[in-house]
Amino acid sequence: MKPAPFRFMAPHSLDEALAGLASYGYEAKLLAGGQSLIPTMNFRLAQPGVLIDLNRIPDLSYIHETAAGGLRIGAMTRQRAVERSALVGTHAPLLHAAMPLIAHVQIRNRGTIGGSLAHADPAAELPAVVTALGGTLRATSADGVRSIGIDDFWVGLFATELAAEEVLTEIELPPLPPRFGWSIQELARRQGDYAMVGAVATLALDGSGVCKQARLVYFSVGEGPVRAPEAERMLIGERITPHVIAAAAQHAATVELDPPGDIHASAAYRRRLAKVLGERTLAEAAGRAALAAEEGA
Amino acid sequence: MTEMLNEYGVTVTLTVNGQTVTRTVEPRLLLSDFLRHDLGLTGTHVGCEHGSCGACTVIVEGEAARSCIMLAVQADGLEVMTVEGLAPAAGELHPLQTAFREKHGLQCGYCTPGFLMTLAPFLRDHPEPSEAEIREAISGNICRCTGYQNIVDAVKLAAAWQRGEVMAPTVK
Repeated sequence: MKPAPFRFMAPHSLDEALAGLASYGYEAKLLAGGQSLIPTMNFRLAQPGVLIDLNRIPDLSYIHETAAGGLRIGAMTRQRAVERSALVGTHAPLLHAAMPLIAHVQIRNRGTIGGSLAHADPAAELPAVVTALGGTLRATSADGVRSIGIDDFWVGLFATELAAEEVLTEIELPPLPPRFGWSIQELARRQGDYAMVGAVATLALDGSGVCKQARLVYFSVGEGPVRAPEAERMLIGERITPHVIAAAAQHAATVELDPPGDIHASAAYRRRLAKVLGERTLAEAAGRAALAAEEGA
Repeated sequence: MTEMLNEYGVTVTLTVNGQTVTRTVEPRLLLSDFLRHDLGLTGTHVGCEHGSCGACTVIVEGEAARSCIMLAVQADGLEVMTVEGLAPAAGELHPLQTAFREKHGLQCGYCTPGFLMTLAPFLRDHPEPSEAEIREAISGNICRCTGYQNIVDAVKLAAAWQRGEVMAPTVK
């Protein structure tokens, strides 16, 4: 028994959970998969007064296709369910490919997609992936539901736009644009470790092969998922050649990122990795986009 | 509001190795400690107690999970299997256990229950695992004795038995 004492609530409806949050505010902590929260509580780095377990609430775990051809994913959907979902494979192949990179299967069996996003670990894959896909998050409070664009969701280290009385309830991913390519790559010393650096790239081409949409997002290099907007602008309006890719990745790594150094990797090494992984992800994404264009997708 | 708002005692009822158990526990009690201390099922080992080493892995609702980063109260109503429930009957071994013995897949044995409980659902889902798949499957379990090679060999053997390619010994 390692966590400090707390009071426990396992509501069977979202309304009950929201009422609990309204009553206990910052004293309360929401328990999703618990794969980060409970270790933190075991170390007593977190000592919430009240734990509100979301696992008994029905209807927070689902994967649906939207009318537009995107996806709506319930926040309490287990990462393993996302990994095994054929719908995710079809409509969000980047998300699908990212899942095996997240920790180990024992963790993904319990961990949830919404829990990972709300936790906002700067080294986590899911925040960067949902950012690269331009997702929208739904936060529910007693006042109703509000939508938060993913770029507005990240506000700092382990900090998000969610208010104390809000529950993250849904993740919506837009439909993939035509001629779309994606890539995620990371470098970790062991399978399942947090990456020293990871990169995610998404690109969409117009009918003539010119890039019209680009996102380049890094993880494990800052306080949250870190976009490289200037590098993205160096890609948009261009044909994606190796030269363009190299220049954008170089700019991102040397000008836009300011990675920290720690026992896992020095700042200089992270910068070097960011350049290499930026190049590799952009090249892979460009290849997939070109293939999609050839296939008329 | 739900009645469970209490830091001292919450009553939970769950199924452990096919038996229904009811206990009153503190909400902060970890599932690993519940299994070991409250139920006396000390086959579930605890190593790091923060979800890194995999020693405490049990099967929750058919899937491997780390019992040191799950609360006992979270298991209320769920089905849990520990290493004590893996063998088909008392005095017998599960094919994975037999294969670990045959291939020297353990030395000190501390990590072994976690490996077994990770691998049982894996073999169910992967009847013909490649070596790379096996290595990925055990990547969340740390063993400091074997160097993993004999564990990988044991999984290959258990998979072959499961497929009926080679005759499994009956171990009593």
